Amino acid sequence: MAIIEIRGLSYSYPDSPKPSIQDVNFAVDEGEFVLLTGPSGCGKTTFCRCLNGLIPNSYGGTFSGRVVVDGLLTSEHAVYEIAQRLGLVFQNPENELFCTTVEREVAFGPENLALPRGEVRSRVEESLGVVGISHLRDKSPEELSGGEQQKVAIAALLAMKPKVLVLDEPTANLDPLSARSVLNILAKLNTESGVTIILVEHRLEMVAHMADRCAVFDDGRLVLAGDPGEVLYSEAVDRMGIGIPKAVQVAKRLALNSKFGKKPLSSWDLADIIKGGKL
Amino acid sequence: MILFDDISYSYSPGRYALEHVNLNIGEAELIAILGENGAGKTTLVKHVNGLLKPQSGRVTVCGIDTKNSTVAALARKVGLVFQNPDHQLFAETVEKELAFALVNFGLPPDEVSRRVDWAMNEFELTQYRERPPFMLSGGERKRLALASVLCYDPQILILDEPTTGQDNRQKTRLAALLKRLNGEGKTVLVVTHDMEFVADFIPRVVMLSKGRVIAEGSAEEILTNRELLMSASLLPPQLAEISWDLALQRPSIDLEQIVSAASKLVGGPQR
Repeated sequence: MAIIEIRGLSYSYPDSPKPSIQDVNFAVDEGEFVLLTGPSGCGKTTFCRCLNGLIPNSYGGTFSGRVVVDGLLTSEHAVYEIAQRLGLVFQNPENELFCTTVEREVAFGPENLALPRGEVRSRVEESLGVVGISHLRDKSPEELSGGEQQKVAIAALLAMKPKVLVLDEPTANLDPLSARSVLNILAKLNTESGVTIILVEHRLEMVAHMADRCAVFDDGRLVLAGDPGEVLYSEAVDRMGIGIPKAVQVAKRLALNSKFGKKPLSSWDLADIIKGGKL
Repeated sequence: MILFDDISYSYSPGRYALEHVNLNIGEAELIAILGENGAGKTTLVKHVNGLLKPQSGRVTVCGIDTKNSTVAALARKVGLVFQNPDHQLFAETVEKELAFALVNFGLPPDEVSRRVDWAMNEFELTQYRERPPFMLSGGERKRLALASVLCYDPQILILDEPTTGQDNRQKTRLAALLKRLNGEGKTVLVVTHDMEFVADFIPRVVMLSKGRVIAEGSAEEILTNRELLMSASLLPPQLAEISWDLALQRPSIDLEQIVSAASKLVGGPQR
């Protein structure tokens, strides 16, 4: 069942002569892991803001079309209502953390829903545990590393028990090990807890194999969407200046797709296919 | 060009950020500085433009001992582009940002405007001439920070994490620019975590771990050394992983080599 449905979405920022999003139609099923990519300035961040209702509710501008999140039409519901169903993680966690301790940060959302004390407590414990940062609870977010801060931001959203998490380049400022650790948490949330994930990411070699579907934006339009293998092995994607993972480049050069119908997305899948295990 | 002679530095007593570092970087090198968070990469490059002076040992830049020089004097020779452009940009407009250092170096006005125009053109910023830097996108601010350093033409260029938040097209453009500057004789140091970028574009690597230089050599040799990468908590580039997964005799980070080695294995031993 679709948890997000988008019909004929177009949007221009106030005073901008050119639309940032043009005629996008898209639907996401509950429990899907969708990878969203495309060159800088293609509209990915604007699209994320459309998903949690910041657009049109807080940004103004010219909005047309329909965005429905878990049954809520975003143009007719307040951001706080949508936020209980869909959480948005930004690129730079410094810009969204503000409490004096990690525990308070994670409790902030549920406290503002006026939930009973016991419920707030159990949500905080569970969120810290899932993300693996229970030991940081008394630290100030300021003194944490970028990777730890990003985990706090994710835990704070999980405490709202959203059905959907949208993450806008959450690993852009992280070192590779922290990035991998954050991405593994997302994969776990998706497979074990059934959280729908929409992840904006440039480094496809780290995430292509995790996603159920890949969507590519270019110049405000959704130009490709489908199985990550279909998308990354299409000819169209080569022309868009997207960083195609080396495993895919090698497989394309070896014509594994045309000869054997195989579209590996990771180094280990590639190696298995080459060595004959999957032919 | 840059000589680190047994330097040590610590921010707090008892904990070395850099410990007995020896390193000799020649003229016209293009080199990546790799290492885990806290390995000492940024501390190292801050010694090159004199922002930090070694507590023991000696740093020599273009023959000058940095202890006998000032940041202002070294700045003409060494351009440092910070990771976060917001720590660097401050002027009211893009044009003023680019002109700032040039005016301070006392260049004549026509030379200032010639170089500002060059930089705006080179980095596709011309349309933003009158715009405040903070109104630009993250990627554009990053380009402006680089442009503001390049327009005073330093002999040594140091970039701290230049690829964060940049898409593939911008990374490729950046790589082409660095290659060109390097080809013109400049020494270019890139501090980065972006192993794919290093594997694709940077020939030489210095690897730091816990304040020490643990390896130095060609990118091909170092980025395919599994034990070394693991000991420095670094992730390998995907071509190295493919080499290992295929159990290639000669692991590589070169696409052509991997394609050629892999094509001999396709289909497994039964063929």
